[in-house]
Order: sequence, then C-alpha cells, then structure tokens
Amino acid sequence: MPTKLLIGLDGEGSGDRALTHAKRLAGLIGECEIVVAYVIEWSPFSFQTAEENAKRHQRREEELNLAHSRVVDPAVKQLVDEGYVASGVVKHGDVAETLNKIAVSCGAEQIVVGRSSEGGFSQRLFGSSTGNLVMHASMPVTVVG
Amino acid sequence: MKQASTLWLGAAMTAFGANSALAQEAVSLDEKVNQTFAAFTGPFVSLIFAPFPGTSFPWIVMWLVVAATFFTLYFGFVQFRFFKHAIQLVKGDYSDPNDAGEVSHFQALATALSGTVGLGNIAGVAVAVGIGGPGATFWMILAGLLGMASKFTECTLGVKYRNEYPDGTVSGGPMYYISKGFDELGLPGGKILAVLFSVFCILGALGGGNMFQANQAHAQISGIVGDYPGWITGIIFAGVVFAVIVGGIKSIANVTEKVVPFMGILYVGAALIILLINYDKIGWAFGQIFGGAFTGLGVAGGMVGALIQGFKRAAFSNEAGVGSAAIAHSAVRTKEPITEGFVSLLEPLIDTVVICTMTALVITISQQMIMDPATGNYVLNEAGTAVATVNDVSGVALTSAAFAAGLSWFPYVLAIAVILFAFSTMISWSYYGLKAWTYLFGEGQTSELVFKVIFCVFIVIGAAASLGPVIDFSDAAIFSMAVVNIFALYFLMKLVKSELHSYASRLQSGEIRKFSD
Repeated sequence: MPTKLLIGLDGEGSGDRALTHAKRLAGLIGECEIVVAYVIEWSPFSFQTAEENAKRHQRREEELNLAHSRVVDPAVKQLVDEGYVASGVVKHGDVAETLNKIAVSCGAEQIVVGRSSEGGFSQRLFGSSTGNLVMHASMPVTVVG
Repeated sequence: MKQASTLWLGAAMTAFGANSALAQEAVSLDEKVNQTFAAFTGPFVSLIFAPFPGTSFPWIVMWLVVAATFFTLYFGFVQFRFFKHAIQLVKGDYSDPNDAGEVSHFQALATALSGTVGLGNIAGVAVAVGIGGPGATFWMILAGLLGMASKFTECTLGVKYRNEYPDGTVSGGPMYYISKGFDELGLPGGKILAVLFSVFCILGALGGGNMFQANQAHAQISGIVGDYPGWITGIIFAGVVFAVIVGGIKSIANVTEKVVPFMGILYVGAALIILLINYDKIGWAFGQIFGGAFTGLGVAGGMVGALIQGFKRAAFSNEAGVGSAAIAHSAVRTKEPITEGFVSLLEPLIDTVVICTMTALVITISQQMIMDPATGNYVLNEAGTAVATVNDVSGVALTSAAFAAGLSWFPYVLAIAVILFAFSTMISWSYYGLKAWTYLFGEGQTSELVFKVIFCVFIVIGAAASLGPVIDFSDAAIFSMAVVNIFALYFLMKLVKSELHSYASRLQSGEIRKFSD
C-alpha cells in the first residue's frame, strides 16, 4: 500500500513551494501517492442575505469548478505528467480543520503546507490557517517556508 | 453623537435645499401624504380588523390564535418535543460534511431572523404594552410559543415545494407550496390562492416590511436631532436601499447583515444589564405581566385589550403563520425538508419569547407608564386609547425612554440599532416582495426593476406619513398574508404530518444519525 501525502494548496506561491517539497519527499519515500487539496474558507455560521442564500448552491458550484480548474487540476496534471500518482480534492470549510479531516479520511501519513505569507491584524489575533493546522492536526505536518 | 447627527442632517437638509419655507411646505406635504394614504388604505384596514359582531375582538386575531393552537395540538406539541433536536440541527450535528458550502440551517435561521427581529421587537412591543398594559406581554409570550407550530408547518412546506432552477438558484414560499401542494392533493383553487397570497405579500412587503420601518426609523432619528420632515429620511433611506437592491452594491447589505446580529446581541445585553440592575423589581414586573393578563389593570379594553394587543404584536413581530419565513427558509439545502421546519420553530422563541419579553420587562420596570398609586391600576391618556406615559411617548420613543431610565446613553445605541434593524428588515422584505412579484409577473430584469422602484417610493411615503395609518396598514397587509396562508395550511398540514411521522421513526430507529463526532 503506497504512502499518502496530503498537500494543502492555497493558490499562491507558498502552495507551489509545498508542492515542490512534496515531490522531493515522494521521491525519497518511493511508492507514494500525493493528494492535492484546496479548501475554500467557509463557515456554516456566517450571516447572509436571503438573496445570497437563494443563489448559494449556484455560487458553491462555481467556487468548486474555479478551484479545480485554476489550482487543483493543473497541479495534479503536473504531478501525473512528471510520473507521480496523484489525485485532487476541493472542499469548503475551515481550512485547518478540513485539511486535517481530508488527511484522516484518505489515510495520509503527513500533511505538507506552505507557510502563509499573508500578515495582518486578523492573523495576529486569530492565527493563520497554517498555525491552526500545526496546533490541531492529528498527524505530522511539514510547513514549507 | 448628537452634534454629528445634527451636522449630518444639516448637510442633508442643505443638499435638498431646505429653508424655512421649504420646511413648512414639507410639513404640509407630509400631511397630504398622510391624508391620502389613510383614505386609500382605510377600507382594507377596516376589513382585516373587523371585530366579531357585538364584540371588539378582531376576527383576524382569533384566526391566528386558533391556527397556532390547532397546529400545536395537531403536531402533538412539536415545538417542545423537537426543541432539543432543533438546536442540534442548528449546531450542524446532522449536517452531511459533503454538503459544506451550501446554505446551512444556521444561515437560513439567521437570515429569517434578520427579517423578523427588528422594530416589531422594539417599537411593536412598546405599542402592545402601551395600549394593552404589561399583561399584553403574557399573551405575546403565549402567542410566541404557539406560533412556533405555525412556523414549523409553513417552513417545512416551503422547502418541500420550492422551485429549483437549472442554474442552481431556488425560489420558495407559500405561493409555491400552495399551488404545488393543492395540485398534489387534487384540490382545486391552489393557483388562485397562490396569486392572492402573492398580492398580499407584495402589500405586506410595502407595509410592515417597508413603511413601518421607515416611519419608526424617522421617529427615532427626529427624536434625537429634533423634528424635521419625514420625507427627507425617506429619500435618504430609499436612496441607500435603491443602491443595494437595484445598484447591486452588496457591500452595504453585507455590512448590515454582519452588524445586525451584533446589534441584536447588544440590545439583549443592554436589556439584561437593566434587568440585573433592577433585579429586585423583576418579580414585581412579572406580577404586573401575569396580573395584567387576566385583569387588564385598568388599561384600555381590559383583559381582552391586553390579549388582542399581545397576539397582534406577537404575530407582527415573529410573523408565524404569515408565510414570509417560508420564503427565507426555503433556500436551505437539505434532503429532509422537515429539518428546516424544526429549525424555524426556534424563530418565534428567539424573536418573541426572548427579545420581546426583554423589551416588555424593561418598559414595565422603567415605570414610564403612569400608574395610580392608590389603585395600582394604570392611568389612561386623555383620549382613553392607551396608558398615559411620562412625556406622552409611544412606540419606539417609549422603548427608548425606558432604556434611558436605566442606561442614559442607550438611546444613541438604540437609534443606530433601529436604523440598522429597519434597513435589514427592508432588504429582507424587498426580497420576499420580489419573490411574490416575480411569481405573478415572471422573472426578468424589467419586471424586477418595476417592483424595486415601487418599493423605494413606499419608503418615502412610510417615513412621511404618521404612525397611526402606517401601523394600521402595515398590520393589515401582514395579516392579510396570514389569511390566505393559514387557510392553505389547514389543507396541506397532513403532508407535513406524514413527513413528521416518517422522520421521527427514522430518527428513533437510528437511520438518521449525527454526522458529528
């Protein structure tokens, strides 16, 4: 059974660095499958207008398609073209919590993510997704700088 | 704050070229609007609030009470049996993680609440307590508890019979469940009732969801910055609402949707602080509420007056049986329509049993309503139509005075809350009205624009007219929706009951279980 690595992408440069590192790890491990994940930040406890609710399903489909076509599918294609075994997944939810859930459900040995490059007040106050993942993950997490 | 508001108003007045002559003309314009409006809406109002022959009891109040009681009994006190389950649903315990990103139960509930929690809880309660005395609160709470069953029935049907379009958007509400449900049961007249409901829903959107809000928002602003013509507030409000619903400036609506819940929490928090400060009077206030419920304590109309006011204002506040919530709740994505019914029954509880009761307690404790110390009964005003109050205030001004008696700075917060609540209710009702409009006239940009422009014009009329005709029309328009909706619910409730039986047995057998750990 191949070792599984879960790579969390964010559509930014840090995600690309995580992907590069994951490829290196996969090469070292040997029989390895890379699962590329992208989580669309979403909370079931946010407030929306009635009109937004009525169009939510449509928006959700658009968000999933966009994340697949712009981030996950190109990354998976690149991995497959380079000879790796890879698959992709896009989910809505809290980034840290959802990445951990995906990793647990697919039986990953490790999560690889990029160090979030964004700063700002909210991150100082509430912490970044990467920071939250490191604190709460059920498995080893590699943060690529 | 007052200075800033005055400056802001001054700028607005300048912008509209206000001078003394114009202001005078404006006052007479307000009067003209008021007279014309009252003349037009009078017969409609009289019909909806006609009393039973030989009594002063409006038939529409009985209509709502009987329905709420009937649904409570028919569904075996569903509001109490499934209360815990409703909380679990809102928490997301039964939500499939694969559906993440769809409208959650919490979001549907919060959206529906932002349409109902508003001036009904602040001004409406003051009207009820002002006319019916503290005893009206008891009937309001009872109406809230019974109304949970009405809300459960309509919101279950709202999800079950909504329209889902190929692009993924949804439209739901009484007009859809009436026509589809009647067809399914092979009953005639579904389409006619759906059309009738839509007409009343448009009137309700223009009345309670619009004019009443604009009117009381103006009352609140002018209470702080001084009296000025209502049409100025109307035009400013109409401009902002127009920017959101026609101009598509979502950021304003988004900010409001995020701020309003916090204002709601702040409002309840302030009420709690006042109650805690006056904890020694809470027992006395509840005594007034229970005593007044059955004796009237000398208020206009006695016990019946308290009961009528309590039920009327509860229905206006939580809209149970009106059908509006079914439009808001129908957007939720669930395989089990009845789950949204369970969630929706929390709405009258939060809106009426919790928030309205808080307002009523603060008003009672503040002793803004004048009481005869000799008899312990309330003193009526000169006209004998309501309880006399300190400074002769009513509606939102009474609530404001009551809160100010406990927290002197609170009227400023309340003014902002009223404006935001009014605005968010307008946005919600513009959507409800639009759904009814598009049901009648079809979806399309021109058709939708016509309704949106009419909606904005009524904001100006609502702000310019005086409270009496506006509140009468708003009540009549909202309650007319309930006439059609409840009539249809009596025929459709067996569909809900079979859903309830099926769901309850699957829940008990463990077929439906929690997704959360």
